[in-house]
Amino acid sequence: MDAKIQRERMDYDVVIVGAGPAGLSAAIRLKQLDPELSVVLLEKGSEVGAHILSGAVLDLCGLEALLPDWRERGAPLGVEVEQDEFRLLTRTKSLRIPNWPMPPMMSNHGKRIVSMGLVCRWMAAQAEALGVEIFPGMSCSEIVRGERGEVRGVVAGEFGKRADGTPGPHYEPGMEILGKYVFLAEGARGSLSKELIASFDLSRGHEPQKFGLGMKEVWRLDPAKHRQGAATHSMGWPLGRKAGGGGFLYHAEGGELFLGFVVHLNYKNPYLHPYLEFQDFKRHPFVAELLEGGERLVYGARAISEGGWQSIPKLTAPGAVLLGCSAGLVNVPRIKGNHNAMLSGIAAAEAAHAAIRAGRSGDELTAYEADLRSGPIAQDLKKGRNVKPLWTRFGLTGALGLGGLDMWAASLTGRNLFGSLSHGGTDAAATEPAAGHKPIDYPRPDGKLAFDRLTNVAFAFTNHEESQPAHLKLKDPALPLSRSLPEFAEPAQRYCPAGVYEVLDEPSGPRFQINFQNCVHCKTCDVKDPLQNILWTTPQGGEGPNYPNM
Amino acid sequence: MKILVPVKRVIDFNVKPRVKSDGSGVDLANVKMSMNPFDEIAVEEAVRLKEAGKASEILVVSIGVKQAQETLRTALAMGADRAILVTASEDVHQDVEPLAVARILKAVAEAEKPDLVIAGKQAIDNDMNAVGQMLAALLGWSQASFASSLTLEEGHASVVREVDGGLQTVRVKLPAVITADLRLNEPRYASLPNIMKAKKKPLEEKTPADYGVDASPRLTILKTAEPPSRKAGIKVGSVDELISKLKTEAGVI
Repeated sequence: MDAKIQRERMDYDVVIVGAGPAGLSAAIRLKQLDPELSVVLLEKGSEVGAHILSGAVLDLCGLEALLPDWRERGAPLGVEVEQDEFRLLTRTKSLRIPNWPMPPMMSNHGKRIVSMGLVCRWMAAQAEALGVEIFPGMSCSEIVRGERGEVRGVVAGEFGKRADGTPGPHYEPGMEILGKYVFLAEGARGSLSKELIASFDLSRGHEPQKFGLGMKEVWRLDPAKHRQGAATHSMGWPLGRKAGGGGFLYHAEGGELFLGFVVHLNYKNPYLHPYLEFQDFKRHPFVAELLEGGERLVYGARAISEGGWQSIPKLTAPGAVLLGCSAGLVNVPRIKGNHNAMLSGIAAAEAAHAAIRAGRSGDELTAYEADLRSGPIAQDLKKGRNVKPLWTRFGLTGALGLGGLDMWAASLTGRNLFGSLSHGGTDAAATEPAAGHKPIDYPRPDGKLAFDRLTNVAFAFTNHEESQPAHLKLKDPALPLSRSLPEFAEPAQRYCPAGVYEVLDEPSGPRFQINFQNCVHCKTCDVKDPLQNILWTTPQGGEGPNYPNM
Repeated sequence: MKILVPVKRVIDFNVKPRVKSDGSGVDLANVKMSMNPFDEIAVEEAVRLKEAGKASEILVVSIGVKQAQETLRTALAMGADRAILVTASEDVHQDVEPLAVARILKAVAEAEKPDLVIAGKQAIDNDMNAVGQMLAALLGWSQASFASSLTLEEGHASVVREVDGGLQTVRVKLPAVITADLRLNEPRYASLPNIMKAKKKPLEEKTPADYGVDASPRLTILKTAEPPSRKAGIKVGSVDELISKLKTEAGVI
């Protein structure tokens, strides 16, 4: 970085990066514990909620612990799940899996179908009322270290670089926002979290983090077909044996359907096209019939952490902690993570409050790690810890049969049958060379049920100023054409749910193009690129998707 | 010199507007809202005049729903000195009509006595392009719309206007109402330090009644509809085929 850049500094007690459920819960709990604490929350989205994408069926345990009077405070908690079903799809049929063999933790009854974007906006209002300073539209682009190497803060709000990286006419250097403790709550594969994990070697002794790509559309349904409170999860078609994953259909309030599809990113075939699998899913009669006469309102995508218990890295470094999906707290079989995100925010806040009261700063909040590894989050994640590794090894049947048995054993006896299974390698390493695979022929989107990628991206309302440097960086700019294309048929063209990466056929030969303006900040490229040559960094604040209610 | 800049909170330009199912207007529920881009240009121009020592105070005014406070904070972060919010509507779907806005602004101008009003040429939500002109007429001031350049002289302003045929330069007597076009300037970012400082700048809250104006709607929206979706293109085999299709099917030649 340019050493000449002078930045203003501002000191707080606690600096939180990311206004999702984890960061907001931490901010609220800090102020509940001590209104005098100065707490700042920085969010790269144009407003709180703009970058939030989640299913979501919310387990209220986190919110109950944080704001038990949420009802009086008018929390937008959508509708209660009244009908909860799992379906196995074949090409034309849909078989309901009865609920009775499912471990009790899988039940969605009494949970709420919510838009987490709206929940986060409401939480932000609660936090601001308590005196938390929230600054949306401010990206955190660097970690600031102290003299002992400890994390002191972040650089936030740098704007106006030219495409070559030099300061443009409206350049704003941003500020150094410093704190006694820095909470990273950026969500799955956050850019500063990734840097923290690498520089403090926090993954050592833990399994690699695993990911899925979640894609979601909000539809307004034909009122005759809307069944408010119904939640369906599906497995099987169209992914079959190609990859793990499945679909969800949540009949939300206001006649809306939250429709989504998750593809586990440890798939082998580089020709797999997660986005088109999602579009194909909508063609299944069970889904197509529901969508007929409806209208797609919003589209978006986000990587999800799926490693679970085994993959949680060490959570603390001097002066910093990882929260929520920066740590990877999703429970894969329960298809839920927001509750753990909230609980982790609460736990980190309590640890930081005690430390600050004892006059400490810039050290490791070991009490937070201890709490997380023995408290309710651990109990939640341990039960389902083997489902994902079993899915990887034995496919869907392994996940359903053996995973189900393992969860029953854990629920009844407190012990998992299989102990703690390993995930194997990273998702990037799972990608196999194209030579061993065949291209997959996907049907063309019809524009009614299935949409082509660029049309759909317009419904993420995303934008990035073109004159800045691309925030998607290539460690070696030659690699996409010299190796990714010949060896892996450049899978970035397919795994990106926003069509950012293109290989263009030109008279002079193929050309690799990055349309960073389309990026929806899902981070899949950073996860899945087999050569790990693509780096997702943050663009300037206020850019990226503008999700209304994802 | 004191400059008054009216700013409007509108649907963000990145958002694809969607018509409400009853056709009564654009659905704004949970939709990202921002400062009207032409108003940003107007604020920027005022701030540049202040930085150049030609203006002493910048007052920004927004007329609309309570949430327009955020829009005013952005203007304060860009460099305005103080703000007035006139809450004239409770419902985000109820637009305040240009005549009511112009009347309120006239009252504000009479109370505040600015030497110059710089407004955006139009708001990107309803594209009326009316407030600046109405305000000048109500105040009896000179006006210069669609400004792509503004130079202040003693008691006058020299304005380059973007007109159909090209550029027109006019000289107007102050006080005047100038409306900003796209090329007047490129607005700055509201920086984090300035956003922090803007939280402490004064923001006064008023109602239309404080100015003796009735802001209730006078216009009725009969119908709002989305434009028909564009048909897919076709490939033609030859120039002759293209010409014949342009003649027979498109009917353009």
